[in-house]
Amino acid sequence: MMKNILEVNGLTKKYDNFELKNVSFNLPRGMIMGFIGENGAGKTTTIKSILDIIKDYSGKVKIFNLDYRSHEAEIKEEIGVVLDDMFFPEILTAQDIDNVMRGIYKNWDSNLFNNYLKDFDLPRNKQIKTLSKGMHKKLEIATALAHHPKLLILDEPTSGLDPVARSEVIDIFQDFIQNDDCSILFSTHITTDLEQIADYITFINDGEIVLSKTKDELLDEYGIVKCHEEEFNKISKKDYVKYKKNKCEYEVLVENKREFKKKYKFEVIDKMTLDDLMVLMIKGEK
Amino acid sequence: MEIIISNSSGVPIYEQIIEQIKSKIVANELTPGQLLPSIRNLAKDLRCSVITTKNAYDELERQGYVKTIPAKGVYVNEINRDLAREEQLKKIEKILDSAVVLAKINNLSRKEIDDILDILYEEDK
Repeated sequence: MMKNILEVNGLTKKYDNFELKNVSFNLPRGMIMGFIGENGAGKTTTIKSILDIIKDYSGKVKIFNLDYRSHEAEIKEEIGVVLDDMFFPEILTAQDIDNVMRGIYKNWDSNLFNNYLKDFDLPRNKQIKTLSKGMHKKLEIATALAHHPKLLILDEPTSGLDPVARSEVIDIFQDFIQNDDCSILFSTHITTDLEQIADYITFINDGEIVLSKTKDELLDEYGIVKCHEEEFNKISKKDYVKYKKNKCEYEVLVENKREFKKKYKFEVIDKMTLDDLMVLMIKGEK
Repeated sequence: MEIIISNSSGVPIYEQIIEQIKSKIVANELTPGQLLPSIRNLAKDLRCSVITTKNAYDELERQGYVKTIPAKGVYVNEINRDLAREEQLKKIEKILDSAVVLAKINNLSRKEIDDILDILYEEDK
């Protein structure tokens, strides 16, 4: 049985002022991967390249072990997509979407779609332009799920949602992967959602993958050392990833906080959050 | 199965799961042969990742507390209760040891420590 549901290999694409550089990562079956990075780091470009919406990239994308470009139609039947920019014409209603999608997807499930509408408190007969941004997002998520896909690819699915709606969406994601054949790739800058449920974290910065690891490895092993200049000067360069000098202290990102503590016996080694990781990797120095 | 996860305690979540399931097995709240929730179910219930619950179950299996039967699920094992109890006692001894060290540094009498223990036990009732 295939191990990875999605394989991205050497994705490269050049623009005038931006470049995707050899982006590679794998998403195993049955897992949730969070895709993080600053605005403009290349999250959306990567996702759109995976889906061949952005053309002319070099590199290879395999979904369900099939080459995406040569098997697009059959792959599309089994993936659900939510993109950051809205794609429904604004005069449609949820009812219209139900009718249209029934003609597009073989496995479209009107009952399931209606259940999601109910769960999300979405109206069937109101035009999309009258919906709030949060409701619109929920409608897109319901649409992405209603043809029983095996892989969800979501660009910022929780942005614009309030905490209660985000929590509903997170529940639905976890329901979705109760089937261990299903996986989710979702990009977000709301890292607290990922800190709970993501199995893997892939971090992109300036068009390059900085790391792609299990979340537990990251959060349990990495740490933030806080110290004064005098102490900082004692740390050997190979024992930290990046550091940032603040007004009162140094913040130092270390890859293995237990090893570090053994070696240097510093007092303050904090748990790292994904936000800390992003800030220190992007703003920190070496 | 009741498990309480703290996201701010600094203890890795999989360790929290291991400790709580272990103590339930030792206390006989979970009995031999009982089916535990699947890794995916437990991840959903605890709002954590599937890898976390899988790591927890793998470690519990290594330590002999549970047994995975392929395609069926994870079951509570028959454990050596004396051995498990011994393990818990060692942990308690270690915690009390640091309390005693602290008490001696601060010149507290044995009686005062006993009183504290009495109060703590009363509170729990």
